[in-house]
Amino acid sequence: MKRKKPFDFIFFLLTWLSIGVTVAVFTLVVGYVLINGVPYISPSLFALESTALNPSLFPALMGTLMIVGLSLILAVPLGIFSAIYLVEYARRGSRFVKIVRLTTETLAGIPSIVYGLFGFIFFGVFLGWGLSLMSGAFTVSIMILPLIMRATEESLRAVPDTYREGSFGLGAGRLRTVVRIVLPAATPGILAGIILAIGRIIGETAAIIFTLGNVARMPNNLFDSGRTLSAHMYTLANEGTHPGEAHATAAVLLLVVILINALSSWIARFVKAS
Amino acid sequence: MGIRSLISLIRRNKERIAKHLFALSASAAIAAVGLICVFLFMQGLPAMWDIGIFNFLTGTDWQPDWTPPRFGILPMIVGSLYVTAGAILFGVPTGIFAAVFMAKFCPAPLYKILKPAINLLAGIPSVVYGYFGMVVLVPFVRENFGGNGNSILTASILLGMMILPTIITISESAIRAVPGEIYDGAVALGASHEHATFRVILPAAKSGVMASVILGIGRAVGETMAVRMVAGNQAVLRMPHEFIRGVRTLTANIVLELGYAYPGDHRPALIATGVVLFVFVMLINTLFAILKKKEGV
Repeated sequence: MKRKKPFDFIFFLLTWLSIGVTVAVFTLVVGYVLINGVPYISPSLFALESTALNPSLFPALMGTLMIVGLSLILAVPLGIFSAIYLVEYARRGSRFVKIVRLTTETLAGIPSIVYGLFGFIFFGVFLGWGLSLMSGAFTVSIMILPLIMRATEESLRAVPDTYREGSFGLGAGRLRTVVRIVLPAATPGILAGIILAIGRIIGETAAIIFTLGNVARMPNNLFDSGRTLSAHMYTLANEGTHPGEAHATAAVLLLVVILINALSSWIARFVKAS
Repeated sequence: MGIRSLISLIRRNKERIAKHLFALSASAAIAAVGLICVFLFMQGLPAMWDIGIFNFLTGTDWQPDWTPPRFGILPMIVGSLYVTAGAILFGVPTGIFAAVFMAKFCPAPLYKILKPAINLLAGIPSVVYGYFGMVVLVPFVRENFGGNGNSILTASILLGMMILPTIITISESAIRAVPGEIYDGAVALGASHEHATFRVILPAAKSGVMASVILGIGRAVGETMAVRMVAGNQAVLRMPHEFIRGVRTLTANIVLELGYAYPGDHRPALIATGVVLFVFVMLINTLFAILKKKEGV
Protein backbone atom coordinates (compact mmCIF):
# COMPACT_ATOMS: atom_id res chain seq x y z
CA MET A 1 0.00 0.00 0.00
CA LYS A 2 1.42 3.35 -1.05
CA ARG A 3 1.61 6.06 1.56
CA LYS A 4 -0.97 8.80 0.90
CA LYS A 5 -0.03 12.34 1.76
CA PRO A 6 -2.57 14.96 2.78
CA PHE A 7 -1.96 16.93 -0.41
CA ASP A 8 -2.88 13.87 -2.48
CA PHE A 9 -6.19 13.78 -0.72
CA ILE A 10 -6.84 17.49 -1.27
CA PHE A 11 -6.16 17.19 -4.99
CA PHE A 12 -8.29 14.09 -5.20
CA LEU A 13 -11.10 15.99 -3.52
CA LEU A 14 -10.65 18.94 -5.88
CA THR A 15 -11.05 16.75 -8.98
CA TRP A 16 -14.29 15.32 -7.60
CA LEU A 17 -15.47 18.79 -6.64
CA SER A 18 -14.72 20.13 -10.13
CA ILE A 19 -16.48 17.34 -11.96
CA GLY A 20 -19.34 17.86 -9.51
CA VAL A 21 -19.54 21.53 -10.51
CA THR A 22 -19.47 20.53 -14.19
CA VAL A 23 -22.30 18.05 -13.68
CA ALA A 24 -24.21 20.70 -11.72
CA VAL A 25 -23.80 23.19 -14.58
CA PHE A 26 -25.06 20.58 -17.04
CA THR A 27 -28.03 19.57 -14.91
CA LEU A 28 -28.92 23.16 -14.12
CA VAL A 29 -28.84 24.45 -17.71
CA VAL A 30 -30.33 21.43 -19.48
CA GLY A 31 -32.73 20.60 -16.66
CA TYR A 32 -33.96 24.15 -16.18
CA VAL A 33 -34.53 24.78 -19.88
CA LEU A 34 -36.30 21.47 -20.50
CA ILE A 35 -38.40 21.35 -17.31
CA ASN A 36 -39.59 24.94 -17.72
CA GLY A 37 -39.93 24.83 -21.48
CA VAL A 38 -41.44 21.50 -22.45
CA PRO A 39 -44.84 22.14 -20.70
CA TYR A 40 -45.24 25.29 -22.83
CA ILE A 41 -44.73 23.49 -26.13
CA SER A 42 -48.16 23.65 -27.78
CA PRO A 43 -49.66 23.45 -31.28
CA SER A 44 -50.04 27.25 -31.41
CA LEU A 45 -46.24 27.48 -31.19
CA PHE A 46 -46.15 25.90 -34.64
CA ALA A 47 -48.84 28.10 -36.26
CA LEU A 48 -48.05 29.05 -39.85
CA GLU A 49 -47.97 32.79 -39.13
CA SER A 50 -46.01 34.45 -36.36
CA THR A 51 -47.95 37.39 -34.90
CA ALA A 52 -47.50 39.82 -32.02
CA LEU A 53 -50.08 37.85 -30.02
CA ASN A 54 -48.78 34.41 -30.90
CA PRO A 55 -45.03 34.39 -31.60
CA SER A 56 -45.01 31.09 -33.49
CA LEU A 57 -41.61 29.57 -34.13
CA PHE A 58 -42.71 28.03 -37.42
CA PRO A 59 -41.38 30.78 -39.76
CA ALA A 60 -38.10 30.74 -37.84
CA LEU A 61 -37.93 26.96 -38.13
CA MET A 62 -38.41 27.24 -41.91
CA GLY A 63 -35.81 30.01 -42.07
CA THR A 64 -33.39 27.77 -40.15
CA LEU A 65 -33.95 24.89 -42.58
CA MET A 66 -33.38 27.18 -45.57
CA ILE A 67 -30.17 28.65 -44.12
CA VAL A 68 -28.88 25.18 -43.21
CA GLY A 69 -29.70 23.81 -46.68
CA LEU A 70 -28.19 26.71 -48.61
CA SER A 71 -25.01 26.95 -46.57
CA LEU A 72 -24.46 23.20 -46.85
CA ILE A 73 -24.86 23.43 -50.65
CA LEU A 74 -22.14 26.09 -50.64
CA ALA A 75 -19.75 24.80 -47.99
CA VAL A 76 -19.91 21.00 -48.26
CA PRO A 77 -18.55 20.57 -51.82
CA LEU A 78 -15.98 23.31 -51.23
CA GLY A 79 -14.86 21.80 -47.94
CA ILE A 80 -14.66 18.24 -49.27
CA PHE A 81 -12.80 19.29 -52.45
CA SER A 82 -10.29 21.32 -50.40
CA ALA A 83 -9.66 18.41 -48.07
CA ILE A 84 -9.23 16.05 -51.03
CA TYR A 85 -6.62 18.39 -52.46
CA LEU A 86 -4.77 18.69 -49.14
CA VAL A 87 -4.74 14.95 -48.42
CA GLU A 88 -4.67 13.25 -51.84
CA TYR A 89 -2.96 15.69 -54.19
CA ALA A 90 -0.76 18.28 -52.48
CA ARG A 91 2.79 17.57 -51.44
CA ARG A 92 2.96 17.40 -47.66
CA GLY A 93 4.42 20.54 -46.17
CA SER A 94 4.35 22.56 -49.39
CA ARG A 95 3.96 26.30 -48.93
CA PHE A 96 0.43 26.28 -50.38
CA VAL A 97 -0.67 23.62 -47.89
CA LYS A 98 0.83 25.62 -45.03
CA ILE A 99 -1.03 28.77 -46.07
CA VAL A 100 -4.32 26.90 -46.46
CA ARG A 101 -3.84 25.37 -42.97
CA LEU A 102 -3.08 28.76 -41.46
CA THR A 103 -6.07 30.47 -43.07
CA THR A 104 -8.40 27.61 -42.12
CA GLU A 105 -7.29 27.89 -38.49
CA THR A 106 -7.81 31.64 -38.70
CA LEU A 107 -11.35 31.16 -40.00
CA ALA A 108 -12.08 28.73 -37.16
CA GLY A 109 -10.98 31.30 -34.58
CA ILE A 110 -12.89 34.36 -35.82
CA PRO A 111 -15.76 35.25 -33.42
CA SER A 112 -19.25 35.05 -34.88
CA ILE A 113 -19.95 38.77 -34.39
CA VAL A 114 -16.98 39.54 -36.66
CA TYR A 115 -18.51 37.22 -39.29
CA GLY A 116 -21.77 39.12 -38.84
CA LEU A 117 -19.97 42.44 -39.29
CA PHE A 118 -18.13 41.20 -42.37
CA GLY A 119 -21.24 39.63 -43.92
CA PHE A 120 -23.13 42.85 -43.32
CA ILE A 121 -20.56 45.15 -44.98
CA PHE A 122 -19.53 42.74 -47.77
CA PHE A 123 -22.59 40.71 -48.85
CA GLY A 124 -25.21 43.13 -47.53
CA VAL A 125 -23.79 46.55 -48.41
CA PHE A 126 -20.94 46.04 -50.92
CA LEU A 127 -22.64 43.39 -53.07
CA GLY A 128 -26.04 44.95 -52.35
CA TRP A 129 -27.72 41.73 -51.24
CA GLY A 130 -29.12 43.44 -48.14
CA LEU A 131 -30.54 41.34 -45.34
CA SER A 132 -31.33 38.15 -47.21
CA LEU A 133 -31.05 34.37 -47.36
CA MET A 134 -28.11 34.82 -49.74
CA SER A 135 -26.13 37.10 -47.39
CA GLY A 136 -26.90 34.80 -44.46
CA ALA A 137 -26.03 31.57 -46.24
CA PHE A 138 -22.76 32.88 -47.71
CA THR A 139 -21.64 34.27 -44.34
CA VAL A 140 -22.50 31.10 -42.44
CA SER A 141 -20.92 28.87 -45.08
CA ILE A 142 -17.56 30.61 -44.54
CA MET A 143 -17.99 29.94 -40.82
CA ILE A 144 -18.55 26.21 -41.23
CA LEU A 145 -15.96 25.69 -43.99
CA PRO A 146 -13.10 24.94 -41.53
CA LEU A 147 -15.30 22.44 -39.65
CA ILE A 148 -16.11 20.46 -42.80
CA MET A 149 -12.53 20.65 -44.08
CA ARG A 150 -11.13 19.32 -40.83
CA ALA A 151 -13.64 16.47 -40.53
CA THR A 152 -13.04 15.43 -44.16
CA GLU A 153 -9.25 15.65 -43.82
CA GLU A 154 -9.27 13.44 -40.73
CA SER A 155 -11.55 10.88 -42.35
CA LEU A 156 -9.48 10.77 -45.55
CA ARG A 157 -6.27 10.31 -43.56
CA ALA A 158 -7.90 7.46 -41.64
CA VAL A 159 -8.38 5.48 -44.89
CA PRO A 160 -5.44 3.03 -45.03
CA ASP A 161 -2.92 3.57 -47.85
CA THR A 162 -3.34 -0.07 -48.89
CA TYR A 163 -6.76 0.88 -50.32
CA ARG A 164 -5.10 3.45 -52.58
CA GLU A 165 -2.24 1.13 -53.55
CA GLY A 166 -4.70 -1.62 -54.43
CA SER A 167 -6.67 0.71 -56.63
CA PHE A 168 -3.57 2.08 -58.37
CA GLY A 169 -2.33 -1.48 -58.82
CA LEU A 170 -5.52 -2.36 -60.68
CA GLY A 171 -4.83 0.51 -63.07
CA ALA A 172 -7.18 3.16 -61.73
CA GLY A 173 -6.11 6.80 -61.97
CA ARG A 174 -5.92 9.15 -59.00
CA LEU A 175 -9.35 10.70 -59.57
CA ARG A 176 -11.03 7.30 -59.89
CA THR A 177 -9.24 6.07 -56.77
CA VAL A 178 -10.38 9.08 -54.78
CA VAL A 179 -13.99 9.01 -55.95
CA ARG A 180 -14.58 5.25 -55.99
CA ILE A 181 -12.34 3.95 -53.21
CA VAL A 182 -11.25 6.60 -50.72
CA LEU A 183 -14.36 8.80 -50.48
CA PRO A 184 -16.83 5.93 -49.83
CA ALA A 185 -14.60 4.66 -47.04
CA ALA A 186 -14.44 8.16 -45.53
CA THR A 187 -18.15 8.98 -45.86
CA PRO A 188 -19.32 8.32 -42.26
CA GLY A 189 -16.61 10.58 -40.82
CA ILE A 190 -17.47 13.34 -43.28
CA LEU A 191 -21.15 12.95 -42.40
CA ALA A 192 -20.42 13.29 -38.68
CA GLY A 193 -18.57 16.54 -39.46
CA ILE A 194 -21.45 17.87 -41.56
CA ILE A 195 -23.91 17.16 -38.76
CA LEU A 196 -21.71 19.06 -36.30
CA ALA A 197 -21.67 21.93 -38.79
CA ILE A 198 -25.48 21.87 -38.90
CA GLY A 199 -25.48 22.18 -35.10
CA ARG A 200 -23.19 25.16 -35.34
CA ILE A 201 -25.47 26.88 -37.90
CA ILE A 202 -28.57 26.28 -35.81
CA GLY A 203 -26.90 27.73 -32.73
CA GLU A 204 -25.61 30.80 -34.52
CA THR A 205 -27.16 34.19 -33.78
CA ALA A 206 -24.69 37.07 -33.99
CA ALA A 207 -23.67 36.28 -37.58
CA ILE A 208 -27.30 35.71 -38.61
CA ILE A 209 -29.15 38.81 -37.43
CA PHE A 210 -26.97 41.19 -39.49
CA THR A 211 -26.98 39.07 -42.65
CA LEU A 212 -30.24 37.10 -42.85
CA GLY A 213 -31.95 39.70 -40.70
CA ASN A 214 -34.51 39.12 -37.98
CA VAL A 215 -38.07 39.45 -39.30
CA ALA A 216 -40.71 37.00 -38.11
CA ARG A 217 -41.77 35.56 -41.45
CA MET A 218 -40.56 33.00 -43.96
CA PRO A 219 -38.26 34.25 -46.72
CA ASN A 220 -40.09 34.19 -50.08
CA ASN A 221 -37.01 34.07 -52.28
CA LEU A 222 -33.22 34.03 -52.09
CA PHE A 223 -33.05 37.80 -51.63
CA ASP A 224 -35.72 37.97 -48.95
CA SER A 225 -35.10 38.34 -45.24
CA GLY A 226 -36.21 36.05 -42.41
CA ARG A 227 -34.90 34.71 -39.12
CA THR A 228 -33.63 31.48 -37.60
CA LEU A 229 -34.68 29.70 -34.41
CA SER A 230 -31.76 31.18 -32.46
CA ALA A 231 -32.56 34.69 -33.65
CA HIS A 232 -36.22 34.08 -32.73
CA MET A 233 -35.13 32.92 -29.28
CA TYR A 234 -32.92 35.98 -28.86
CA THR A 235 -35.78 38.31 -29.79
CA LEU A 236 -38.29 36.60 -27.49
CA ALA A 237 -35.82 36.72 -24.59
CA ASN A 238 -35.13 40.42 -25.08
CA GLU A 239 -38.75 41.47 -25.58
CA GLY A 240 -39.78 39.58 -22.46
CA THR A 241 -43.49 39.87 -23.35
CA HIS A 242 -44.03 36.14 -23.97
CA PRO A 243 -42.15 34.27 -21.22
CA GLY A 244 -44.04 31.02 -21.91
CA GLU A 245 -43.16 31.01 -25.60
CA ALA A 246 -39.57 32.00 -24.78
CA HIS A 247 -39.26 29.01 -22.43
CA ALA A 248 -40.77 26.70 -25.02
CA THR A 249 -38.55 28.00 -27.84
CA ALA A 250 -35.43 27.53 -25.70
CA ALA A 251 -36.53 23.95 -25.03
CA VAL A 252 -37.17 23.24 -28.73
CA LEU A 253 -33.76 24.70 -29.64
CA LEU A 254 -32.06 22.59 -26.97
CA LEU A 255 -33.92 19.43 -28.06
CA VAL A 256 -32.79 20.00 -31.67
CA VAL A 257 -29.18 20.38 -30.49
CA ILE A 258 -29.41 17.23 -28.33
CA LEU A 259 -30.79 15.31 -31.31
CA ILE A 260 -27.99 16.54 -33.58
CA ASN A 261 -25.31 15.68 -31.01
CA ALA A 262 -26.72 12.19 -30.57
CA LEU A 263 -26.87 11.66 -34.33
CA SER A 264 -23.28 12.84 -34.79
CA SER A 265 -21.86 10.63 -32.03
CA TRP A 266 -23.93 7.68 -33.26
CA ILE A 267 -22.34 8.02 -36.71
CA ALA A 268 -18.90 8.53 -35.15
CA ARG A 269 -19.34 5.28 -33.21
CA PHE A 270 -20.27 3.58 -36.48
CA VAL A 271 -16.95 4.83 -37.90
CA LYS A 272 -15.03 3.32 -35.02
CA ALA A 273 -16.82 0.00 -35.34
CA SER A 274 -16.14 -0.41 -39.05
CA MET B 1 -15.47 22.85 -81.95
CA GLY B 2 -18.51 20.61 -81.47
CA ILE B 3 -20.00 19.50 -78.18
CA ARG B 4 -18.72 16.00 -78.79
CA SER B 5 -15.11 16.94 -79.19
CA LEU B 6 -15.43 19.19 -76.12
CA ILE B 7 -16.72 16.25 -74.08
CA SER B 8 -13.91 14.03 -75.25
CA LEU B 9 -11.42 16.80 -74.49
CA ILE B 10 -12.75 16.96 -70.93
CA ARG B 11 -12.65 13.16 -70.69
CA ARG B 12 -9.07 12.95 -71.81
CA ASN B 13 -8.02 15.67 -69.36
CA LYS B 14 -10.28 14.84 -66.44
CA GLU B 15 -7.39 14.06 -64.10
CA ARG B 16 -5.85 17.46 -64.72
CA ILE B 17 -9.20 19.27 -64.54
CA ALA B 18 -10.08 17.54 -61.26
CA LYS B 19 -6.74 18.42 -59.74
CA HIS B 20 -7.16 22.08 -60.62
CA LEU B 21 -10.74 22.11 -59.35
CA PHE B 22 -9.60 20.68 -56.01
CA ALA B 23 -6.72 23.15 -55.77
CA LEU B 24 -9.08 26.02 -56.58
CA SER B 25 -11.43 24.90 -53.80
CA ALA B 26 -8.54 24.78 -51.38
CA SER B 27 -7.83 28.43 -52.19
CA ALA B 28 -11.33 29.40 -51.02
CA ALA B 29 -10.22 29.57 -47.39
CA ILE B 30 -7.37 31.89 -48.37
CA ALA B 31 -9.76 34.08 -50.37
CA ALA B 32 -12.22 34.23 -47.47
CA VAL B 33 -9.59 35.34 -44.96
CA GLY B 34 -8.28 37.87 -47.51
CA LEU B 35 -11.74 39.34 -48.08
CA ILE B 36 -12.51 39.54 -44.36
CA CYS B 37 -9.23 41.33 -43.62
CA VAL B 38 -9.51 43.70 -46.58
CA PHE B 39 -13.09 44.75 -45.88
CA LEU B 40 -12.73 45.09 -42.12
CA PHE B 41 -9.45 46.99 -42.29
CA MET B 42 -10.37 49.09 -45.33
CA GLN B 43 -13.39 50.47 -43.51
CA GLY B 44 -12.19 50.24 -39.93
CA LEU B 45 -8.71 51.76 -40.16
CA PRO B 46 -9.78 55.05 -41.83
CA ALA B 47 -12.47 55.42 -39.17
CA MET B 48 -9.84 54.95 -36.47
CA TRP B 49 -7.67 57.51 -38.24
CA ASP B 50 -10.53 60.05 -38.39
CA ILE B 51 -11.40 59.64 -34.72
CA GLY B 52 -7.71 59.60 -33.86
CA ILE B 53 -6.23 56.25 -32.86
CA PHE B 54 -5.35 57.53 -29.40
CA ASN B 55 -8.81 59.06 -28.85
CA PHE B 56 -10.45 55.89 -30.09
CA LEU B 57 -8.50 53.43 -27.95
CA THR B 58 -8.23 55.50 -24.76
CA GLY B 59 -11.36 57.65 -24.96
CA THR B 60 -13.82 56.97 -22.12
CA ASP B 61 -16.92 58.42 -23.80
CA TRP B 62 -18.98 56.47 -26.30
CA GLN B 63 -21.64 58.95 -27.38
CA PRO B 64 -22.64 58.49 -31.05
CA ASP B 65 -25.57 60.94 -30.63
CA TRP B 66 -23.60 63.91 -29.38
CA THR B 67 -22.53 66.70 -31.73
CA PRO B 68 -19.72 66.16 -32.36
CA PRO B 69 -20.06 62.44 -31.53
CA ARG B 70 -17.56 60.79 -29.19
CA PHE B 71 -16.19 57.37 -30.04
CA GLY B 72 -13.96 56.12 -27.24
CA ILE B 73 -13.87 52.36 -26.69
CA LEU B 74 -11.73 52.13 -23.54
CA PRO B 75 -14.81 51.18 -21.43
CA MET B 76 -15.50 48.30 -23.83
CA ILE B 77 -11.89 47.11 -23.95
CA VAL B 78 -11.82 47.12 -20.15
CA GLY B 79 -15.26 45.50 -20.07
CA SER B 80 -14.09 42.64 -22.29
CA LEU B 81 -11.03 42.21 -20.06
CA TYR B 82 -13.15 42.07 -16.87
CA VAL B 83 -15.61 39.45 -18.06
CA THR B 84 -12.81 37.38 -19.62
CA ALA B 85 -10.77 37.53 -16.41
CA GLY B 86 -13.89 36.54 -14.49
CA ALA B 87 -14.51 33.63 -16.85
CA ILE B 88 -10.92 32.46 -16.30
CA LEU B 89 -11.39 32.69 -12.54
CA PHE B 90 -14.56 30.56 -12.60
CA GLY B 91 -13.87 28.29 -15.56
CA VAL B 92 -10.16 27.47 -15.65
CA PRO B 93 -9.45 25.77 -12.27
CA THR B 94 -12.72 23.83 -12.46
CA GLY B 95 -12.04 22.87 -16.08
CA ILE B 96 -8.49 21.64 -15.46
CA PHE B 97 -9.38 19.59 -12.37
CA ALA B 98 -12.40 18.16 -14.16
CA ALA B 99 -10.12 17.22 -17.10
CA VAL B 100 -7.74 15.44 -14.69
CA PHE B 101 -10.74 13.60 -13.31
CA MET B 102 -11.91 12.57 -16.77
CA ALA B 103 -8.46 11.36 -17.82
CA LYS B 104 -7.19 9.71 -14.63
CA PHE B 105 -9.85 9.20 -11.94
CA CYS B 106 -13.10 8.54 -13.77
CA PRO B 107 -14.64 5.05 -13.45
CA ALA B 108 -15.43 3.69 -16.94
CA PRO B 109 -19.26 3.49 -16.56
CA LEU B 110 -19.37 7.09 -15.30
CA TYR B 111 -17.16 8.20 -18.20
CA LYS B 112 -19.72 6.90 -20.69
CA ILE B 113 -22.29 9.30 -19.22
CA LEU B 114 -20.03 12.29 -18.54
CA LYS B 115 -18.31 12.46 -21.94
CA PRO B 116 -21.50 12.96 -24.02
CA ALA B 117 -22.77 15.41 -21.39
CA ILE B 118 -19.64 17.55 -21.78
CA ASN B 119 -19.91 17.34 -25.57
CA LEU B 120 -23.50 18.54 -25.32
CA LEU B 121 -22.43 21.45 -23.08
CA ALA B 122 -20.09 22.51 -25.89
CA GLY B 123 -22.93 22.38 -28.41
CA ILE B 124 -25.57 24.37 -26.52
CA PRO B 125 -26.23 27.61 -28.48
CA SER B 126 -25.08 30.83 -26.85
CA VAL B 127 -28.63 32.25 -26.88
CA VAL B 128 -29.75 29.33 -24.73
CA TYR B 129 -26.93 30.04 -22.26
CA GLY B 130 -27.85 33.71 -22.44
CA TYR B 131 -31.49 32.94 -21.75
CA PHE B 132 -30.53 30.72 -18.82
CA GLY B 133 -28.38 33.59 -17.55
CA MET B 134 -31.27 36.05 -17.83
CA VAL B 135 -33.82 33.96 -15.99
CA VAL B 136 -31.60 32.18 -13.45
CA LEU B 137 -28.24 33.91 -12.90
CA VAL B 138 -29.42 37.53 -13.06
CA PRO B 139 -32.01 37.11 -10.26
CA PHE B 140 -29.49 35.01 -8.30
CA VAL B 141 -26.84 37.74 -8.41
CA ARG B 142 -29.42 40.45 -7.70
CA GLU B 143 -30.64 38.69 -4.58
CA ASN B 144 -27.27 37.61 -3.23
CA PHE B 145 -24.92 40.42 -4.22
CA GLY B 146 -27.19 43.40 -4.87
CA GLY B 147 -27.44 45.69 -7.86
CA ASN B 148 -29.93 44.92 -10.61
CA GLY B 149 -28.28 41.61 -11.48
CA ASN B 150 -27.04 42.55 -14.95
CA SER B 151 -23.39 42.78 -14.06
CA ILE B 152 -19.74 41.92 -14.60
CA LEU B 153 -20.17 39.11 -12.06
CA THR B 154 -23.15 37.57 -13.86
CA ALA B 155 -21.41 37.65 -17.23
CA SER B 156 -18.26 36.17 -15.68
CA ILE B 157 -20.13 33.24 -14.12
CA LEU B 158 -22.00 32.55 -17.37
CA LEU B 159 -18.84 32.74 -19.49
CA GLY B 160 -17.03 30.52 -17.01
CA MET B 161 -19.76 27.93 -17.55
CA MET B 162 -19.52 28.31 -21.31
CA ILE B 163 -15.73 27.80 -21.54
CA LEU B 164 -15.80 24.73 -19.25
CA PRO B 165 -16.33 22.14 -22.03
CA THR B 166 -13.56 23.67 -24.20
CA ILE B 167 -11.05 23.51 -21.36
CA ILE B 168 -12.09 20.03 -20.20
CA THR B 169 -12.02 18.47 -23.69
CA ILE B 170 -8.64 19.83 -24.83
CA SER B 171 -6.93 19.43 -21.44
CA GLU B 172 -8.19 15.86 -21.20
CA SER B 173 -6.68 14.89 -24.53
CA ALA B 174 -3.42 16.66 -23.60
CA ILE B 175 -3.26 14.65 -20.35
CA ARG B 176 -4.05 11.42 -22.20
CA ALA B 177 -1.29 12.19 -24.73
CA VAL B 178 1.40 11.98 -22.02
CA PRO B 179 3.22 8.64 -22.56
CA GLY B 180 2.31 5.94 -20.04
CA GLU B 181 5.98 5.23 -19.26
CA ILE B 182 6.22 8.56 -17.47
CA TYR B 183 3.41 7.56 -15.13
CA ASP B 184 4.82 4.05 -14.67
CA GLY B 185 8.23 5.51 -13.85
CA ALA B 186 6.79 7.79 -11.18
CA VAL B 187 4.78 4.97 -9.61
CA ALA B 188 7.84 2.66 -9.70
CA LEU B 189 9.72 5.31 -7.74
CA GLY B 190 7.07 5.12 -5.03
CA ALA B 191 4.64 7.86 -6.00
CA SER B 192 0.96 7.40 -5.33
CA HIS B 193 -1.58 7.61 -8.19
CA GLU B 194 -2.52 11.16 -7.14
CA HIS B 195 1.08 12.22 -6.72
CA ALA B 196 2.08 10.83 -10.12
CA THR B 197 -0.91 12.49 -11.76
CA PHE B 198 -0.48 15.95 -10.28
CA ARG B 199 3.30 16.19 -9.94
CA VAL B 200 4.38 14.28 -13.05
CA ILE B 201 1.61 13.89 -15.65
CA LEU B 202 0.05 17.35 -15.32
CA PRO B 203 3.38 19.21 -15.65
CA ALA B 204 4.16 17.04 -18.70
CA ALA B 205 0.86 18.07 -20.28
CA LYS B 206 1.47 21.73 -19.42
CA SER B 207 1.51 23.25 -22.88
CA GLY B 208 -1.61 21.36 -23.99
CA VAL B 209 -3.44 22.49 -20.88
CA MET B 210 -2.27 26.07 -21.51
CA ALA B 211 -3.53 25.77 -25.08
CA SER B 212 -6.97 24.78 -23.79
CA VAL B 213 -7.00 27.80 -21.49
CA ILE B 214 -6.04 30.12 -24.32
CA LEU B 215 -8.72 28.68 -26.61
CA GLY B 216 -11.21 29.19 -23.77
CA ILE B 217 -10.05 32.81 -23.42
CA GLY B 218 -10.53 33.30 -27.17
CA ARG B 219 -14.05 31.98 -26.85
CA ALA B 220 -14.81 34.23 -23.90
CA VAL B 221 -13.49 37.38 -25.63
CA GLY B 222 -15.49 36.61 -28.78
CA GLU B 223 -18.73 35.57 -27.11
CA THR B 224 -21.48 38.02 -27.98
CA MET B 225 -25.08 37.03 -27.45
CA ALA B 226 -24.86 35.46 -24.00
CA VAL B 227 -22.79 38.35 -22.64
CA ARG B 228 -25.05 40.95 -24.20
CA MET B 229 -28.06 39.32 -22.51
CA VAL B 230 -26.69 39.45 -18.94
CA ALA B 231 -23.98 42.14 -18.70
CA GLY B 232 -26.13 45.29 -18.57
CA ASN B 233 -24.23 46.89 -21.48
CA GLN B 234 -23.57 50.35 -20.03
CA ALA B 235 -20.67 51.93 -21.94
CA VAL B 236 -19.13 53.21 -18.73
CA LEU B 237 -15.58 52.71 -17.50
CA ARG B 238 -15.83 50.52 -14.40
CA MET B 239 -13.36 49.79 -11.63
CA PRO B 240 -12.80 46.17 -10.56
CA HIS B 241 -14.63 46.63 -7.24
CA GLU B 242 -17.79 47.57 -9.18
CA PHE B 243 -18.28 43.96 -10.19
CA ILE B 244 -22.01 43.99 -9.42
CA ARG B 245 -22.58 46.80 -11.92
CA GLY B 246 -23.12 46.57 -15.64
CA VAL B 247 -20.48 46.69 -18.31
CA ARG B 248 -20.35 46.66 -22.11
CA THR B 249 -17.94 44.45 -24.04
CA LEU B 250 -16.45 45.04 -27.52
CA THR B 251 -18.72 42.34 -28.94
CA ALA B 252 -21.85 43.77 -27.29
CA ASN B 253 -21.00 47.24 -28.61
CA ILE B 254 -21.25 45.93 -32.17
CA VAL B 255 -24.34 43.81 -31.70
CA LEU B 256 -26.25 46.55 -29.86
CA GLU B 257 -25.73 49.32 -32.40
CA LEU B 258 -24.91 47.90 -35.83
CA GLY B 259 -28.59 47.47 -36.65
CA TYR B 260 -29.37 51.19 -36.61
CA ALA B 261 -25.95 52.85 -36.96
CA TYR B 262 -25.94 55.52 -39.68
CA PRO B 263 -23.27 54.98 -42.34
CA GLY B 264 -21.61 58.40 -41.83
CA ASP B 265 -19.33 57.90 -38.85
CA HIS B 266 -21.21 55.68 -36.41
CA ARG B 267 -21.07 52.50 -38.53
CA PRO B 268 -17.35 52.93 -39.36
CA ALA B 269 -16.68 53.37 -35.63
CA LEU B 270 -18.42 50.03 -35.00
CA ILE B 271 -16.38 48.39 -37.77
CA ALA B 272 -13.27 49.83 -36.08
CA THR B 273 -14.48 48.20 -32.85
CA GLY B 274 -14.64 44.96 -34.83
CA VAL B 275 -11.06 45.49 -36.01
CA VAL B 276 -9.84 45.86 -32.41
CA LEU B 277 -11.74 42.68 -31.45
CA PHE B 278 -10.36 40.86 -34.50
CA VAL B 279 -6.77 41.84 -33.65
CA PHE B 280 -7.25 40.74 -30.01
CA VAL B 281 -8.62 37.36 -31.04
CA MET B 282 -5.91 36.84 -33.67
CA LEU B 283 -3.20 37.50 -31.07
CA ILE B 284 -4.81 34.95 -28.74
CA ASN B 285 -5.09 32.40 -31.56
CA THR B 286 -1.46 32.88 -32.57
CA LEU B 287 -0.46 32.13 -28.99
CA PHE B 288 -2.64 29.01 -29.16
CA ALA B 289 -1.01 27.88 -32.42
CA ILE B 290 2.49 28.35 -30.96
CA LEU B 291 1.62 26.29 -27.88
CA LYS B 292 -0.01 23.59 -29.98
CA LYS B 293 3.12 23.32 -32.11
CA LYS B 294 5.22 23.03 -28.96
CA GLU B 295 3.01 20.17 -27.81
CA GLY B 296 3.56 18.51 -31.16
CA VAL B 297 -0.08 17.57 -31.68
